[in-house]
Amino acid sequence: MAIDITQFHETFFEESFEGLDIMESGLLNLDIGAADNDTINSIFRAAHSIKGGSATFGFTDVAEFTHGMETLLDEMRDGTRDVTQKSVDTLLQSVDCLRELLAAARDKTPVDSERVAVVHKSLEKILSSEGGSNISTENDEHNENSQTESISERSGWKINFKPHHDMLKTGNDPVRMFRELSELGELTVIVDISQLPTLADLDPEESYLSWDLTLKTDVEIDLVKEVFEWVIDECDLEISEIVSSTDDTAMSSETQDRENEQGTENISSEPSSQAKRQVAKPGVTEKSTASTDSSASIRVSIDKVDALINMVGELVITQSMIGQLDCDFDDFDNSRMEKLRDGLTLLERNTRELQESVMRIRMLPISFAFNRFPRMVHDLCQKLDKKIELRTTGENTELDKTVMEKIGDPLVHLVRNSIDHGIEMPQARKETNKPETGVIELNAFHKGGNIIIEIKDDGAGFNKDRIKNKAIERGLISSDEHLSDDKIYDLIFQPGFSTAEQLSDISGRGVGMDVVRRNIRELGGNIDVTSEEGKGTTFTIRLPLTLAILDGQLVCVGDEIFITPLVSIVESLQIKKEFVNNIAGQTELYKVRDDYIPIVRMHEMFGINVEKKSLEGGLLVVVEGDGKKAGLLVDELLGQQQVVIKSLETNYQRVDGVSGATILGDGTVALILDVDGLIDLSRNTSAPNNSPDNSVLAVA
Amino acid sequence: MSEPQLIDSNTSVDVMTDTDQYLTFILAGEEYGVDILRVQEIKGWDSVTSIPNTPDYIKGVINLRGTIVPIVDLRDRFSLDAIPYGATTVVIVLKVTSDNGNRTMGIVVDAVSDVYNVATEEMKPPPDFGTISIDYVKGLATVEEKMVIVLEIDKLLNSAVIDHTDTLLQ
Repeated sequence: MAIDITQFHETFFEESFEGLDIMESGLLNLDIGAADNDTINSIFRAAHSIKGGSATFGFTDVAEFTHGMETLLDEMRDGTRDVTQKSVDTLLQSVDCLRELLAAARDKTPVDSERVAVVHKSLEKILSSEGGSNISTENDEHNENSQTESISERSGWKINFKPHHDMLKTGNDPVRMFRELSELGELTVIVDISQLPTLADLDPEESYLSWDLTLKTDVEIDLVKEVFEWVIDECDLEISEIVSSTDDTAMSSETQDRENEQGTENISSEPSSQAKRQVAKPGVTEKSTASTDSSASIRVSIDKVDALINMVGELVITQSMIGQLDCDFDDFDNSRMEKLRDGLTLLERNTRELQESVMRIRMLPISFAFNRFPRMVHDLCQKLDKKIELRTTGENTELDKTVMEKIGDPLVHLVRNSIDHGIEMPQARKETNKPETGVIELNAFHKGGNIIIEIKDDGAGFNKDRIKNKAIERGLISSDEHLSDDKIYDLIFQPGFSTAEQLSDISGRGVGMDVVRRNIRELGGNIDVTSEEGKGTTFTIRLPLTLAILDGQLVCVGDEIFITPLVSIVESLQIKKEFVNNIAGQTELYKVRDDYIPIVRMHEMFGINVEKKSLEGGLLVVVEGDGKKAGLLVDELLGQQQVVIKSLETNYQRVDGVSGATILGDGTVALILDVDGLIDLSRNTSAPNNSPDNSVLAVA
Repeated sequence: MSEPQLIDSNTSVDVMTDTDQYLTFILAGEEYGVDILRVQEIKGWDSVTSIPNTPDYIKGVINLRGTIVPIVDLRDRFSLDAIPYGATTVVIVLKVTSDNGNRTMGIVVDAVSDVYNVATEEMKPPPDFGTISIDYVKGLATVEEKMVIVLEIDKLLNSAVIDHTDTLLQ
């Protein structure tokens, strides 16, 4: 089976660039020395996702590069490494570097490999150094960090201020800023007029000047920065400190150094991110207002949007067409009536098309999430020398787009875990009498108002003792605690828990499972795990259907309309008396070819009054659920249509045999049948079930 | 007897005093009250979609602008004799709070009556009815010489929803 995975590249790049933005803003927000774990975790997760995605799509250089960053972040997260300015700077450089790498991979342009190598090297340098406390003894190109240790020696700030050409247009006045600065201390201003054009070419609204400012003061950098707060995005700003022990030559070389660095950056990074980075360099935390919350946007291809715009255009035309009919009813003749009717027909069609295309924007078959796995399994198998077969079913189960986007990463984590930890090496499998090739199954289906996604492997299963020991070791539980199996399995969803003995770049950092569960909970779903040691593990993800759409067959029982999910209907047929059989005068069976299937009389089941109660000539809808078949006796088959599933539980409660409700075209509510539930119900109740306990109460 | 009644009624009361406003309705000749802040809307009786295998007092569900809202017939709930729904029959849509969050539910009553201000201290605790459940009565208020039974709608309507999630299907 050949799958063109390049179709998913675009999604991957978009996701990765989003991830880089999260990392960047997270890094800029880190408090040096007192970094909070949540921020580090979110940076780490972004890096982890990028790494996973790039490995899946075969961008090995990106994956390798990210792995280094991830290791560094992991140590920070575990607290084994202090968060220092230097490491944060390097990470920020790495983010830029990664962005270049990704852009190069996307546009298929060559990479500036030299620069990548330099950044990679500095990453490794940090990694090889023990902890973060000995930075002051190091003397490398990052000597600007010396400022963090030398606050007492500071005698002022050197500011290089270079406004962009259009800064003045936004109403910012350098003179005002200098005046403010001069209030902070003794200010020396040197203007650089080299960029000034001749008078004839000069645009009075543009700024051509740049300044070197020397501020002799003992105020903190925050105050200095505050002056430039409004123009940060519109200028190149560098603030460095003047250390009393530093002589002029050293300082100028330092500035020189940084300018070089800046020069290389100028090649690719846009001014805004550059400005941000420069602000971050001097060792100050910049509180960015950008929130890292999951944005409420969805990605829609331009085609679909264009189609929508077209349809809205037609709607407007139809509306004006109807509007043109002069609504003077006194002389409303037949021709106008005709036009009005035409217009309304058109309006109806437009509305339906519009509704359909809006729905289509949100819904996607789950194959979109599943299709990236064959390649991943293939690659990882080669890497790990394992033999694994991937089986998927239910790829056409439709899922809301936002749900799809959020479920993608958790699925990747789960499948990777199954490959890495679940399936054993071929040799080990042979020894335990299993086929050499392991099987991972991905199943998706609707069940009882939920979408279920199963990830099943036939690998080693969980070792309960090992999970327990690990949890004790990590301080998640105390050693004398007695836990049920479920509780033990639940431990793997705790943050920072990992049972892998060795770190690999596939999984085993314990980042996966807590993120998996969090993402699924954000969607209002849940995840369960069952495992049998030596037999395998099954993860079951249950997602609510609130937005899902279902193809339904409308059936009539008495005066009530019900909707049967089309997927569960096998066939519909007219009952012939000779095929009806009885068992013990109770259960009625109907012979369909070589099968005997029980007849479920819907009106008895649901207590509905119907005129016609005999089977003769009745309609039987043969449905299948959970591997069992049944024939539902209904009065009439109506049309088929797509229905939007609404929950009954929101305001009421679960009802047996009903998975939800929907609203029909005329605004009335129709119930959606839960075929599995109905079959179970008919099996368990030999006599039709009447109203449950009719609790009676009286007041006054 | 619907929305206009609400608007016209005497609502000019000093909000600082410790009074609550109650919407009252008629059920078999008695006047009952519910906290007006819980009332979402009042609408005329319209047909419902019945839900199978539910107690008789659950009339069914309606589509309230895209939300599925269950409807409880209070006459059935209180085991009063059923009367045919007429011109004054209304559905009062209420917000109900429970442990599992908020629900929106509707009650069918004979007619809406009025809006009263009742000072907290004027509310009398319900007398001990002996055999009859008083769990669903918050108190009794006297307004213009008449008795108004103020209902505890959270208890009343949540008890109408008996959670049998763990039945045959699971």
